[in-house]
Amino acid sequence: MSLLPWIPVATLAGAVLALAAGARSAAAARAVAMVTALFGLLAAGVAAARFTPSSELVTLVDVPWIAQLGIRYHLAVDGISLSLVVLTAIAATAGVLFSWTVAERVGEFFALYLTLVAGVYGVFLSADVFLLFVFYEIAIVPKYFLVAGWGSTRREYGAMKLVLYSFAGSALVLAGLVWTYGAGGAEGFSFGALTEAAARMSYGENVAAFGLVFFGFATLAGLFPLHTWAPTGHVAAPTAASMLLAGVVMKLGAYGCLRIALPFYPVGFAAWQMVIGWLAVAGIVYAGLVALVQRDFKFVIGYSSVSHMGFVMLGLATGEVEALGGATLQMFSHGVIAGLLFAVVGRMVYEREHTRDLVELEALPMHRRLPGAAAVFVLAGLASMGLPGFSGFPAELKILTGIWAFHPLWAVGAAGGVLVAGAFTLRVIQRAFFGRFSAVPATAAETPDQAVVPTRLTLPERLGALLLLAATILIGLKPDLLLDWIMPALQSPAFHFAASRAVP
Amino acid sequence: MSTDYALLFRALLPEALLTATALLVIGLDLAWGPGRSRGSRLQMAVGAGLLGLVAAALVVWQDGSQGTVWAGNLRLDLLAVAVRLGVLGLAALSLLGLTGARASDQPAEYVGLALLATVGFLQMAVAQNLLLAFLALELASLSLYVLAGYDRGRPESAEAALKYFLQGGVSAALLLFGFSLLYGITGRIDLTGISVALAAHSDASLGAVAVGMVLAAFGFKAAVAPFHPWAPDVYQGAPPMSAALIASASKLAGLAFFWRILWSGLGPLSATSSLTGGAGGGWVPVLAAMCAVSLLLGNLVALAQVSVRRLLAYSAIGHAGALGLGLLAAGEVGPGPMFYYAATYGLATVGAFACLALLERAGDGDRIEDLAGLRRRSPLIAACLAVFVLSLAGIPPLAGFFGKFVVFAAALRIDGLGHPAGWVALLAIAMSAVALYYYLILLKQAWIADDARARGRVDVPPAAALGLVLAAALLLVLGAFPALLLGRF
Amino acid sequence: MTAASLLTALVAVPWLGALLLATGGALPARAVRALAALASLSTLVFGALLLARFDPAVPGLFVETRLPWIRSLGIDYHLGLDGMGLLFVLLTGVLGPLALATTLRRAAKVRAASAWFLLLQGSALGVFVALDFFPWFICWELSLVPAFFLIRGWGGANGGAAAYRFVVFTLAGSAGLLLAFAALYAATGTMNFADLAQLRATGELAGKLGGLGTLAPALAFLGVLVGLGVKAPLFPFHSWMPATYAEAPVGVSMFLTGVMSKMGVYGFFRILWPIFPAELRAHAAPLLVLALAGVLLGALAALRSGSLRRMLAYSSLNHVSYCLLALFAVAGAGRADGVAVEAALAGALIQAFNHGLSAAALFFVAGVLEHRSGGTSDLDRFGGVRAAAPRFALLAGVALFSSLGLPGLNGFVGEFLIFRGVFALQPLVAALATVALLVTAIFLLGFWQRVFHGPRSGAVTGTFADLDAAEWRVLGPLVVLMILLGVAPQLLAGLVNPLATAWAATLTLP
Repeated sequence: MSLLPWIPVATLAGAVLALAAGARSAAAARAVAMVTALFGLLAAGVAAARFTPSSELVTLVDVPWIAQLGIRYHLAVDGISLSLVVLTAIAATAGVLFSWTVAERVGEFFALYLTLVAGVYGVFLSADVFLLFVFYEIAIVPKYFLVAGWGSTRREYGAMKLVLYSFAGSALVLAGLVWTYGAGGAEGFSFGALTEAAARMSYGENVAAFGLVFFGFATLAGLFPLHTWAPTGHVAAPTAASMLLAGVVMKLGAYGCLRIALPFYPVGFAAWQMVIGWLAVAGIVYAGLVALVQRDFKFVIGYSSVSHMGFVMLGLATGEVEALGGATLQMFSHGVIAGLLFAVVGRMVYEREHTRDLVELEALPMHRRLPGAAAVFVLAGLASMGLPGFSGFPAELKILTGIWAFHPLWAVGAAGGVLVAGAFTLRVIQRAFFGRFSAVPATAAETPDQAVVPTRLTLPERLGALLLLAATILIGLKPDLLLDWIMPALQSPAFHFAASRAVP
Repeated sequence: MSTDYALLFRALLPEALLTATALLVIGLDLAWGPGRSRGSRLQMAVGAGLLGLVAAALVVWQDGSQGTVWAGNLRLDLLAVAVRLGVLGLAALSLLGLTGARASDQPAEYVGLALLATVGFLQMAVAQNLLLAFLALELASLSLYVLAGYDRGRPESAEAALKYFLQGGVSAALLLFGFSLLYGITGRIDLTGISVALAAHSDASLGAVAVGMVLAAFGFKAAVAPFHPWAPDVYQGAPPMSAALIASASKLAGLAFFWRILWSGLGPLSATSSLTGGAGGGWVPVLAAMCAVSLLLGNLVALAQVSVRRLLAYSAIGHAGALGLGLLAAGEVGPGPMFYYAATYGLATVGAFACLALLERAGDGDRIEDLAGLRRRSPLIAACLAVFVLSLAGIPPLAGFFGKFVVFAAALRIDGLGHPAGWVALLAIAMSAVALYYYLILLKQAWIADDARARGRVDVPPAAALGLVLAAALLLVLGAFPALLLGRF
Repeated sequence: MTAASLLTALVAVPWLGALLLATGGALPARAVRALAALASLSTLVFGALLLARFDPAVPGLFVETRLPWIRSLGIDYHLGLDGMGLLFVLLTGVLGPLALATTLRRAAKVRAASAWFLLLQGSALGVFVALDFFPWFICWELSLVPAFFLIRGWGGANGGAAAYRFVVFTLAGSAGLLLAFAALYAATGTMNFADLAQLRATGELAGKLGGLGTLAPALAFLGVLVGLGVKAPLFPFHSWMPATYAEAPVGVSMFLTGVMSKMGVYGFFRILWPIFPAELRAHAAPLLVLALAGVLLGALAALRSGSLRRMLAYSSLNHVSYCLLALFAVAGAGRADGVAVEAALAGALIQAFNHGLSAAALFFVAGVLEHRSGGTSDLDRFGGVRAAAPRFALLAGVALFSSLGLPGLNGFVGEFLIFRGVFALQPLVAALATVALLVTAIFLLGFWQRVFHGPRSGAVTGTFADLDAAEWRVLGPLVVLMILLGVAPQLLAGLVNPLATAWAATLTLP
C-alpha cells in the first residue's frame, strides 16, 4: 500500500522527464513513458496484493494544505478506488505499448499522455473534494492537445468539443459543490464535511445541487443526451488517447457520480432517480442503434462506449447495492474492453490500412492480412457483447439484479441493449475482418489467391493485447477478485442510502 | 507633530524611494544617455528602476503592517502591505518585460512615468482619507494616460490615450463629486468617520447619488461593465507594457482602493435599504448586477475577437466581473480572496503582455493567427504563454484556478443563493466554460497550428526571459501552495 | 476417476484439442486429422465410462461435482449427469466424430475447421453437464462462436447472412435468458438449477420472485421460454432455421440438427419445467398450440419444399416439436394419469435421441446427393438413384423410414410413446398431431419416390458413384444404431425410464 500515494506524483514526474527525454530521442521518451507506466502497474499490483477489503476509506496521506478553506491533501483508497486504480494502471501501460509507433514530437506526446494519466490516478485516490476537483481539471487540458495535435478525423473540432463538454461538466460540478459549501456552511472540503453541509440544505436546494453535480459528472460519463462529444472526440483522438479517454476518463464521470453525487445528496438522488434511469436506458438503446448503422469502424466503437456507459449509469440509477457494485465492475470491464477495441481499430488496422471505412475494409480479406488483429478483435467483440467468460458478463448480471429490484421495466430496455450490442458487434466483426472474401471454398481444390501475405503484430501490440485480454478473461472467470473489494466498500456509511432489496 | 512627520516619512518611504528613483532614472539618462543606443538606454533605465522597486519592496516587507499612521489618514494594514508588494512586483515584471518590447525614443521617461504611476498605486493602497485617495488616484491615472499614448509612431496609441484620458477624466470628476457629496452628508473626509456618520443618520437620495458616483469610478478603474468601453481600445492601442501595467497593477491597486472606500467608508450603505431608501438594497446589489453584466459581456464578446489584445481586453472585462465578486465577498470573509485573485490575475496578464511585446518586437501583427507556429519559433514564449493563458482560464494547478475557486467559495459562503453574490458566482462558473474556448483558441495557434509563413525564431533578451519565467513559476507555486499567500490573511 | 475430473475432462478434452489445433506449431495434415478425431472420439470414451457408473435404480444425478467458484455471485462449479444428461452426452459422442469427419472430408483449411468444431462439441457437452447457470450459459453462448465461423467460412454462398441471422436470433433469446436469471438471482441469491428447483418445490420461489414485482415471475418465465425456444426451435422462433440448415456445411448441419437443437429440448426439461412448473401449467394451452403449429406447419412446409435441405430443416422442426408437445401436455395435465405422463416424458427424450440419429443421417444423405450433383439438393434434379447407387439407396432408405417412424426402426418407439401419452392427456391435440404423421409420411415417401425410384434423371445421369469407404464409415454406424435401437429400445429406455417415473410421481401433487 505504501507506494500508492506516490503514483500521481511519480506519473507527473514521468511526464516532465518524458518531455526532456523527447528532446534527446524518441526512444528515450518511450522508455521513460514505459517505466512510468510500469511503476504505476507495480504500485497498483502491490497494493492489490496487500489490500484487505473493508468498508472504510483507508488513508494514505493526509496533510493540511489550504487551512483557510479546510482543504487537505488527503489521499485514501477503498475497494472501489483500488479497482479503478488497477484499471488505470493496466490501461495506461497498454496505451504506452500501443503508442510505440508515434513518430512526431514523441516527448510532448508522452508528457501530455502521462499528465492525463496522473490526473486520473489523482481523482481515484483523492479523499478531499477540492483535491479531487483539481486532479479532475488537470486531466482536461492535456486531452485537447493530445487530440488536436496527434489525432485524425476532424481533430481540432473533436478536441474542442471534447474539452468544452468536459469543462462545462466540471463547471456544473463546481457550481453545485461550492454552493453546497456555502449554503450548507461546511467547515472544509472533506467528504464528510460536505455531506453534512448538503444535509443542512433545504429539500429544494438539495435536489438542485444534486442535479448540478450529477449531471456535471454525467456529462463526462457520456449519459444521454450529454454524450455527443464522445463519439466525435474519441474518433478524432489518436489510439492511445482514445483508449484512455473511452476506457478510463469516461469512468471519472461515473466515479464522481458514485463517490460524490449519490452519497452527498441522497435526498436529491431519490428525486432524480427515475429521470436518470430512463435517460440511461435511452442512451443504451440509442447509441446501440446508431452504432449499427455507422460506416466508420471507429465510430462504431465510439458509440458502443456510450452504450456501455449507459449500463453503468443505469446501475447507478437504481441505487441498489448490487447494481452499484455491478456498475463499478462494469467500469473496470469496459475500461479494459474499450482499450482493446480502440487498439485494434486505431493501431492495428488504421495505421496499416489507412482506412476505417467498413465498405473499403469489407473488400479486403482482412482476416488473412491481419490474422492477429482479427483474433484479438473477435475476442474483444465477444467480451463487448457481454459473453460469459469475459468481465462484462458478471457486471451486467449484477446491474440487472439491481434493476429487477428497483424498476423491472428498465430490465427490458437493458436486455434490448444487450441484443443490439450483439448485433452491431457482430456486424462490425463481419464487415471489418471477414468481408466478401470470407467464404472459404468447400473444396480444397479452389484456393483463393495466394498473394495475401499476413502481417504479424509487433511485440508491443501483442503485449498490450495480451495484458488487456488477460484482464478481462481473468475477471470474467473470477470476478470475486474485484467484487471482494467493491462490495465491502459499498457497506460504508457513505452508501447508507443504497437499498438492498436484491438479495446479495 | 514632528514625531508624526518622522513617522509619516517612514511610512511613506517606499513612495519616496520610488520618486527618487524616477528622478534618478531621468537624470541618468540625461547624463549618460545621449549618443548611446536606444537599447542600452532602456537597459540602464530599467536597471535603475528595478533597483528602486526592489529597495521599496524591501522597506515595505521589513516594516510590515503597522495599523493606522498619521492620525488615521494612512492605513498600513495587512492588505496594504500585500497590495504594495504586489504592485511593486508587478511593476518590476513590467519593467523586465519592457526590455523585450520595442524600445521607444525616450525609454528613461517611460520608466520614470511607470515608477510614478507605481507611487500612485502605493498610495492608493493606504489612503484612508478622501483627499489623499483622490490624490493617489490621479497621480496614478495621469501617469497611465501618458504611458498609454507613448508610442508616437502608431495612431492607435494616441487614440487609446485620448479615450483613456477622456473617460478617465469623466470618472475622476464623478468620483470627486461623489466625494464632495459624502463630505456634505457626513462632514468628514476620513473613511472611518464617514462610516460612523452614515450609520448614524440617513440621507437617502444624496447617499444613493454618492454611492452611484463611487461605483461609476470603480467601474471605470476596474473595467467593469458598463464602464468598460475604454478597455478594448487601450489594451489594443497602447504599448504592450503600458497595457500590462494598466491591466495588472492598476487593477490591483484600484481594487484595494475601492475596497477601502466601499466597505470601510460606505459599509453602512452596502445592503440595508433604510439608509438609501426607495428601491431597497444599497450598492451591493448594484455592484452585483454590474459584475454579472461584465461577466456576460466580456466573455461572450471575446468569442468574436480576431485580435489577441482585444480578446485579452474583453476577457479582462470578464475577469473584472469576477474580481468585483471578490470585492463583494470581501465584506464577509475579508480581502484575502480578492487580493489573491487580483494578484495572480495581474501576474498572468503581465506575463501575457510581455509575450505579446516580444512578438511585436519581432514584427508580428496582433491577430490570433499570427501566433501560429510559436512552438517552433520560441518554445520559451510558447510555454510561458501557455502557463499564463491557462491561469487566466482557471486551470489547476495554476494560481488562476485557485483564485477563482476561493472567490466563488467566499461569494457562496455569504448566504448561498439568498445573496446576489451567490448568483453571480454561479454565472461566473458558467462563463468560465465559455472562456476556455477562446483561451484554447490562442493555445491552439501557438502549439498546434503550423506557421504558414515559416517565420524565423523570436529573440528573447535575458531580462525579458527572466521576467517570463519568474511570472510563470510564481503562478505554478502559488497555485500549488495557495496558503503561502492566503495564509497571511 | 473422480466425478469432478471425469465431468471436467468430458468437456475439456475437445476444448484442449481445439486449442492445440489453433495455436500449436506446424503439424502434418494427417496428424491434424488424427488429433481432431481423437479429441472428438474422447466423448464416446468418457460417455462409456459414465454409462458404467449409471445406476437405473437411482432416478437423480448419478455423478455430480460441486465446487465453490464465484462466491460473490453465489455461483458454483456444479456439473452433474442424470439419465437424461447421459442420453444427450452419448448422442453427442456418436454424432460428434461423424459430423467432424463429414466436415473435414472435402474442406479447405482442415485445421481451422476442426478447431472450431471441437470447440463446438465441447460447448455442447458443457451445456448437458452444467447445473449452474454460469457455466451452462458460458457453454450455451460459446457454442455460437464456432457455429458462426463454420457456417460462414465453410458453408454455402449465403453462409454469411445465414450465420449472422442465426447468431442474432440466438442472442435475442439469450438476452431473455440473461434477464430471467438476473431476476432469479435478484430474488433468491442463487442461479443454480438444482437449488432453484428445490426452492420451487418448497414454494419459496414464488414468494421471492413475486417480491420483485408483479411482472417479475411472468417476465422471467418468458425470458427463459424465449431463450430456449429459439434453440429448440419452438414455433414461431424457428425462422432462422431453414436458411441456416441450408447454408451450413453438411457436417455442421448434422451437428446442428442432431445435437444443438437437443440443447434447447434439454433446457426445457432441465430448466424451464423444474423452475417454472406453475407458469408452464398456466400457459400450457397456448404453448400446446405453438408446439402443434410446429408439428403441423413443419410437416406441411417440408412437403412443399423443393430442396432436400429445407425439407429436412422443416422436418426437424416437426420432430422436435413432438418432444415439446409431449412436455407441454404433461405440464398442463391436471390430476395426472401416471402411466400417460411417464410415457409422454420417456417418449420425448427417446424421440430426441432418435431424431438426432435419423436427422443427422438424412442430412448426410443430402450431402452425398449434393456432392454427386455438383452442389444442388433440389429434389427435381434427381431421379433413379436406386438404380445408380443401390447400397446408398439402402442406407438412405433405412434412415428415411426411421424418420418416418416405421416400427422396427428406432424412430418408432419415441413417437409411439409420445402419442400414447398425449392421447391420454390431451386427446384433441394428439388427434391433430396425427395429421402431421400422415403429412410426414407423404413428403418422406414422396422424396423417396422422386429421388430414388424411377428412371435415372437430372444429375443422376452419367456417373453417380455409390458410397465410398469414408461415406460408409459415417452412414454405416448410424444405420446400425438405428436398427439396433429399433429392435432393442430398452437400451435407451433404461436410461430415461427412472427419470420419467420419478417425474410422474412428483406430478401427482398439483
